[in-house]
Amino acid sequence: MTETRTAIRMSAGTKIYLYVSLTIIAAVVVVPLLTTALGGFKTLGDLRVNPFGLPAEWQWSNYTDILFGERYWRQMMNSLIIATLTVFLTVSVAAMAAFTFAHVKFFGATFLLNYFLIGLMFPAATAILPLFIRIRDLGLLNSYWGVVLPQVAFGLGMSILLFRNYFRNLPEELFQAAFVDGCGYMRFFWHITLPLSRPIIATVAIVSFVASWNSYILPLIMLNSESIYPWPLGIMVYRGEFGTEWQLVLAFITLTILPTIIVFFLAQKHIIAGLTAGAVKS
Amino acid sequence: MTNISATTAIEHAAGATRVAKRKSPTARGRLPVLILFLPPALLLFTIFVIMPMGEAAWYSLYRWDGYGLPEQFVGLRNFEVLFKNSAFLTALKNNFLIIVVSLLLQIPLAIWLATMLANRITGVVVFRLIFFLPYVLADVAAGLIWRFVYDGDYGLFAAIAGFLGVETPYVLADKDLAIYAVLAVVVWKYFGFHMMLFIAGLQSLDKSVLEAAEIDGATGWQKFRFVTLPLLGSTLRLSVFFAVVGSLQLFDMIMPLTGGGPFNSTQTMVTFLYNFGVTRMQVGLGSAVGVVLFVICVTLAFSYKRIFMRHD
Repeated sequence: MTETRTAIRMSAGTKIYLYVSLTIIAAVVVVPLLTTALGGFKTLGDLRVNPFGLPAEWQWSNYTDILFGERYWRQMMNSLIIATLTVFLTVSVAAMAAFTFAHVKFFGATFLLNYFLIGLMFPAATAILPLFIRIRDLGLLNSYWGVVLPQVAFGLGMSILLFRNYFRNLPEELFQAAFVDGCGYMRFFWHITLPLSRPIIATVAIVSFVASWNSYILPLIMLNSESIYPWPLGIMVYRGEFGTEWQLVLAFITLTILPTIIVFFLAQKHIIAGLTAGAVKS
Repeated sequence: MTNISATTAIEHAAGATRVAKRKSPTARGRLPVLILFLPPALLLFTIFVIMPMGEAAWYSLYRWDGYGLPEQFVGLRNFEVLFKNSAFLTALKNNFLIIVVSLLLQIPLAIWLATMLANRITGVVVFRLIFFLPYVLADVAAGLIWRFVYDGDYGLFAAIAGFLGVETPYVLADKDLAIYAVLAVVVWKYFGFHMMLFIAGLQSLDKSVLEAAEIDGATGWQKFRFVTLPLLGSTLRLSVFFAVVGSLQLFDMIMPLTGGGPFNSTQTMVTFLYNFGVTRMQVGLGSAVGVVLFVICVTLAFSYKRIFMRHD
């Protein structure tokens, strides 16, 4: 209510100031993105004389060549596989561990929880060389699992924390009622906790999916053949190959970030809530 | 979602004790559930997080190319080499600079925008979406897009310079300018995330306090300075925490922009680790960088918690 009132009371001057500032900043955000997408439709010469405007002649072939090639789809597929495996493992492993922390009393629970929370304090980059050696010695180099397992492990601290905080706030009565009826921990977890925890499962899934989809340093170190490169690596290879043929690179960038942008606009509410709640609730 | 309780890892020690004390009814099969549910997380975490970190500390005392076992013990030589290396010192300085810019530029910008977008003005959703958009893009993509923007031959900077009739700047090739170009991209990419944090914080504020201030005749700025800002304390601390942690691990965005160059002027700790440790397989030196980064992160986390988060 207060909000609508402030809206009405705003003077014309404030309004102009507000919208002019917002529009300028929005332009700074959007212009690079738009010129990237439009640049993909230009010829190199056109790009050189006219990077801002509409293409003199729309070069659809820049885009269609990529779309009809195999390379783009293979990279998207690789990213999707890695991200899906990461999400699935993170959610299941973290939810199970968090369940024991939230509902099962056992010796050393506090100590163990803090042990997992150490993982929140430093990024994967700090241990990247030993991690590389470990993955190599396990024979997982250049495989999806070589990227997935470290990603899951480094996401565990945050995910366990989110799950545990959520599980603990489920009504205690449910738990008691279930046990009086002779329900064991496993059934309780499967039939009561999980169905009630959809929001937090969504949050953890979104956070780990976005992190995995965009991740660069781990695949960069663990993978060495282009056939299993996820798109952030693939895009760098593409850029290296086509050097200064910016129009092709721009088309490629546009196509690789397109899925993110589409999904973002379709599910913006969930994604923003997920990504910020992931930060705030922990 | 708006339950903003700024807490960090360490604080949850207290929370865990509460769980243990809470009287939970006993159910059958406590042991099986522990045996089934805990080990997967425990194993993954130990093998891929804790052990590598310990190994980094161990390897950092050796000169080693990663094959066989580390045998050539060199004591603290790697750290000595590191702190005499001008590229590493630049990296440290750059990481510090990124933190400073995040705190002095990005967060104020985020707060300013949040105060405008926390109310239900026309178009509020569109602006929020646009500002948040760069955050969901991959750092690598953002870096490449800006590499184009900065490109002196084809990019937007070339066009703007042409329009103004000045000589085209090659910002990313200039060792004095490049780091500032990188910093601009960092702000571009992350301000929207911080803005959303502040919007959530603002919306959970008690409106009656603001109304009271208004009745007492406080001006807009006074209301902001003496009422809103202090009440946003916990969000601010949270935002600072993310800015600092994010700044320390900056890597993905630097690689497509400059790769750490020109003349190592845009190295960060992690790009240094990659360029000098990983690509040259100097496991000892690279691990030493990891240890330094670890010590900085942990020290920051603990001291930050000590100094700023006592009240939350």
